[in-house]
Amino acid sequence: MKHLLGVIGQPRELLEELLQLSDSFAEVNARPIPKVPALRGRTVATLFFEDSTRTRLSFETAAKRLSADTLSFSVSSSSVKKGETLRDTALTLEAMRIDAIVVRHASSGAPWQLARWLDCSVINAGDGWHEHPTQALLDCYTLRRHFGSLDGLRIAIVGDIKHSRVARSDVWAFTTLGAEVTLVAPRTLLPPSLEGWPVRVSEDLDATLAATDAVYLLRMQRERQHEALVPSLREYTARFGLTRQRADRLAERTVVLHPGPMNRGVEIAPEVADLDRCLVLDQVANGVTVRMAVLFKLLAGSGADAVAAPTLGGADA
Amino acid sequence: MPEPEAFVIRGATVLDAAGRRVADVAVRDGKIAAVGAQLDGDRVLDAGGCLLTPGLVDLNAGVGEPGLEEAETVASAARAAALGGYTTIVARPDGDPVCDSAAAVRELRAIAADAACRVLPAASVSVGAKGERLSPMGELAALGVRLFSDDGHGIGDARLLRRAFEYAAGLGVVICQFAEDRALAAGGHLHEGVWSSRLGIAGIPAEAEEVVVMRDLALARLTGATLHFRTLSTAASLAMVHSARRRGLAVSAEVAMANLLLVDADCAGFDPATKFRPPLRSVEDRAALVGHLAAGELDAVVSAHTPHSVEDKEVPFDEAAPGASMLQWTLALGLTELALGGERQAGEVPGAAPVGPGPGAPVAVGLAELIGALSWKPASILYGTAWRGVVEPGAPADLAVIDPTVTWTLDPGQGASHTRTTPFAGRRLRGRVRHTIVGGEPVVLDGVARR
Repeated sequence: MKHLLGVIGQPRELLEELLQLSDSFAEVNARPIPKVPALRGRTVATLFFEDSTRTRLSFETAAKRLSADTLSFSVSSSSVKKGETLRDTALTLEAMRIDAIVVRHASSGAPWQLARWLDCSVINAGDGWHEHPTQALLDCYTLRRHFGSLDGLRIAIVGDIKHSRVARSDVWAFTTLGAEVTLVAPRTLLPPSLEGWPVRVSEDLDATLAATDAVYLLRMQRERQHEALVPSLREYTARFGLTRQRADRLAERTVVLHPGPMNRGVEIAPEVADLDRCLVLDQVANGVTVRMAVLFKLLAGSGADAVAAPTLGGADA
Repeated sequence: MPEPEAFVIRGATVLDAAGRRVADVAVRDGKIAAVGAQLDGDRVLDAGGCLLTPGLVDLNAGVGEPGLEEAETVASAARAAALGGYTTIVARPDGDPVCDSAAAVRELRAIAADAACRVLPAASVSVGAKGERLSPMGELAALGVRLFSDDGHGIGDARLLRRAFEYAAGLGVVICQFAEDRALAAGGHLHEGVWSSRLGIAGIPAEAEEVVVMRDLALARLTGATLHFRTLSTAASLAMVHSARRRGLAVSAEVAMANLLLVDADCAGFDPATKFRPPLRSVEDRAALVGHLAAGELDAVVSAHTPHSVEDKEVPFDEAAPGASMLQWTLALGLTELALGGERQAGEVPGAAPVGPGPGAPVAVGLAELIGALSWKPASILYGTAWRGVVEPGAPADLAVIDPTVTWTLDPGQGASHTRTTPFAGRRLRGRVRHTIVGGEPVVLDGVARR
């Protein structure tokens, strides 16, 4: 496996292997000094065409805990507009002999194009509305840690599915691992066609919540009301927000997830975000763990320090 | 053009609006002098085993001038066109500046004087294609401009379009409309449907085209204008045009070759070469377009050749410019993917073995239907019904000689066009232009451009 571009179409075995590998790194992260020499001498570059401090920090932390060198490229969209093409940028990076590029881009598909032009590994850290594979993995990992397994789990993904790379990756990752997914959104926030998507669709959040083990709330962007996709954020919250009243009615075992950053008061009530059933901080912690697993899977064994495997307590190198 | 030459094209199967027959064709003084058996001449162009057709006519070609000379020039576009069997291309007036004045028309004519094929200017309907006031259509029509089009901009304002129709009706010119509702298409880069949803790219719904077709047909009925639709791409659009014509409206439509060959799923690799406008549509739409072509109901297949710089395609899909280099490959792609594969009867085409339809072709298209839509049918939109599209004495010697047996690989680097982008790079093609005759001059001889 050279790249991690997406989870759509990936086999269950691969997802499970990465989750299992993550368990080994969770053990590393629990140590007083959470660092192993697994990727010593390797260089990981983050190439973010779109700001996302959280995702970038998560990847850089993961790389550093594996002893990889990291460097970060910030390409503001304005400098790209000055004429440098995506290919130019990619080849510039390649010339610096980098082992893996972690790329975030506002355009769907950009990591696929980079992978065609580059010899190094490409990890998709989110492309347009398309995919966010490490987010899906950390979401799966968080649910698996909490429930033991995703098999038969009933998950509701609520909100702006249409513009969400998280939703696209999560739908496929969750269902590949055996969960049942219901999308809850008004038609304006759903993709135009759901043909081939292994999901149910509902506009009734209350009815869906009554039979749900995990509620996955998506970030609702304020611009959507200006595009006439919803009449107002107030109406959105009334119909699709996890208000305190709705949270009070949730079953004991139901948990709440969110990819962050949260809009408290829009998709989630401020108090609900702080409940124990809200796993947002677990997601953040697990993000570092699964990203370590991904980097290890892609980069170890292709010349990396061979001492890595034994220090992981049996992780499959 | 230099002195017209005299020669005989020997041994070809003539395929034209009158049908199909084996005949030699004598060319003299820029015209066809004789058609018959065993013609003699001092100079003979061998065309044994080949098809001889009236030259291809492209109603929709971007030529790069003025404004995009790094990506294409009239000379390079015309050379690519001639190598692709075209004897006439109509330059889209979408340069920078837009072709909307007598001076611009004369300038393009002057540049095109030495080109490998005829390059005719079209002009914009509105000044600068801005959709505000009409360009001097009367003056331009007097200069011989026949097609008026605001192209990529389209004419959004129904009132302006009505005025353009009314004004054009008395001039005997054709208003071309690029049918795309701006609001519905805004921000879209891909056909709206299964693939745009899955790939997370904003879509352009089929209805963005269809609502404009619907409205424009109503306005054409109101004004009695001659209306030609640019590059239609959906099944419903073509059905509406077809039924309007049966009701007696003077309406025609073209389809781009790319839309006849590819579908939205072909964009799944995010390759900007697969980005077109209108977008590649659904499998069902493509099948309907090919069905119309096979039934002889399509008025024109166009190259929709679109020059652009390399930088325009080395960017993400949603930032990439739509369109591809098509002039040199359109005929061979059509032959390979749509027509030659469908020839069931051995011997119907000289040398063509009976094989199955082209890869993924929904139905086989007859050779006459394909060549007709590339040649004499668009010619009649351009030149009016006086154009018979028949290889007969007295007709202009604008001819293409096509060898249907040659197989070759599409290598964009070998193309004459300066724009290399194509989603068809590396395809094995069947059928290749051997000679192209423009005004009696062999501008392509044995597959080599002489201009």
